Amino acid sequence: MDEALLRSLTPGVLGILVRRGADFAAAEDAVQDALAEAVRVWPAGPPRDPKGWLVTVAWRRFLDQARADAARRRREGLVDEQPAPGPAPAVDDTLQLYFLCAHPSLTPSSAVALTLRAVGGLTTRQIAQAYLVPEATMAQRISRAKRTVSGVRFDRPGDVATVLRVLYLVFNEGYSGDVDLAAEAIRLTRQLAARVDHPEVAGLLALMLLHHARRAARTAPDGSLVPLAEQDRGRWDTGLIAEGVAILQAALARDRLGEFQDQAAIAALHADAPSAEETDWTQIVEWYDELTRLTDNPVVRLNRAVAVGEADGPRAGLAALAALDAALPRHTAAAAYLHERDGDLATAARLYAEAAHKAPDLAERDHLTRQAARLNTRQGR
Amino acid sequence: MAKYLLLKHYRGAPAAVNDVPMDRWTPEEISAHVQYMRDFAARLEKTGEFVDGQGLAPEGTWVRYDGEGRPPVTDGPFAETKDLIAGWMVIDVDSYERALELAGELSAAPGAGGKPIHEWLELRPFMAAPPTITECPH
Repeated sequence: MDEALLRSLTPGVLGILVRRGADFAAAEDAVQDALAEAVRVWPAGPPRDPKGWLVTVAWRRFLDQARADAARRRREGLVDEQPAPGPAPAVDDTLQLYFLCAHPSLTPSSAVALTLRAVGGLTTRQIAQAYLVPEATMAQRISRAKRTVSGVRFDRPGDVATVLRVLYLVFNEGYSGDVDLAAEAIRLTRQLAARVDHPEVAGLLALMLLHHARRAARTAPDGSLVPLAEQDRGRWDTGLIAEGVAILQAALARDRLGEFQDQAAIAALHADAPSAEETDWTQIVEWYDELTRLTDNPVVRLNRAVAVGEADGPRAGLAALAALDAALPRHTAAAAYLHERDGDLATAARLYAEAAHKAPDLAERDHLTRQAARLNTRQGR
Repeated sequence: MAKYLLLKHYRGAPAAVNDVPMDRWTPEEISAHVQYMRDFAARLEKTGEFVDGQGLAPEGTWVRYDGEGRPPVTDGPFAETKDLIAGWMVIDVDSYERALELAGELSAAPGAGGKPIHEWLELRPFMAAPPTITECPH
């Protein structure tokens, strides 16, 4: 059975239930039940109309649960409330779900979890595994998130920027488990791009595709990180690169630049270079200049300093770096790299070891320790 | 089954036999070490004895309550702290002897010159939940 197809139907089915007047939290539970039922039943007898099947089963689940709740309330002497009338169908249900699950009242971790479940159709267990937390913890996070957005009207357009931030997080902070979160983020962004005509949605999709194209080359067989300059470019996925570049070019042609299009442009320049030496660093610095104007993010300035080091030489890079706060993440690692390029191997080795000490994850720590070791070995132990 | 915590220290453990800081190894020696650790964890997952393994950043902060309506007080990190935990592995094994055996294997991870580090690891039993049957049968 095609689980991706099944999951792609999730938001549409959920949207129909909410439109019929079901409250979001109950409808979402009913859709999850219907998905589980489909996984059980479809392999033996796949329905002709999968979406219709899911709507029917989910709606029945919802009614059963609503009746049970009403009976319980009557038993407990509570007044049965009339269900709120469903909003008028004016906007795309699936799009509304993206907005709801990325609502600004949610914390980023809640918005991510809710999006993966209600829009992505993943189970709580799969989401819990992906983020390395117990299933009960993730179940609580999701039900709290559903309560938080329970009063949000379903018929008002939301802010695309909040949705993009959530999808970016899913792509960038995918960890482990049996679900490939990077691929899932791409699927959800494609689905969004098909519904909303916005150059930044296209920009984010292009950015994801261009980074995903390099994934196989990013780690060595032993699990260690391979920096961009040392990656085997023959292992980059040229199909994904071509698609990402085409999407980016169409977006840029509309002349409404945003941070995701800009980041995608930088990724495209790397993807475009036949070898690390042939990278167009001058253009990359220009895109970083533009990105600084768009976001004024200190991490962008740090990356810009490294690019300046490639375009105008390591001394220029170190000068750009000196203007930044030394407490910035990866500042020490960038300094180590630029000092090595400048030929000061002793300083570079010392800074690599110091950067390893501050590294935020084990793969990066091992990588930086290896860099220090490489230089120390070269200088004699 | 009983759970044990294997603690690895940045500082505070007695000196290892093969005591060379990692940035003085060759890159290949580092790779061999990392591979050994991965293989060890993967093997324990296969035998059903692995519970959890995590690394910790070297620097942390001390925090304490400072009274109603006041933000918590923070202090540190203290450069002079003698004992500094680098990470842990939790195992669930049938006996204390098995826990010792596994700790010994982990301590044999290769270091400088490709030779075992003989690093001192701290082995701490978990406090278990009270048993269901409390009356002694004899």
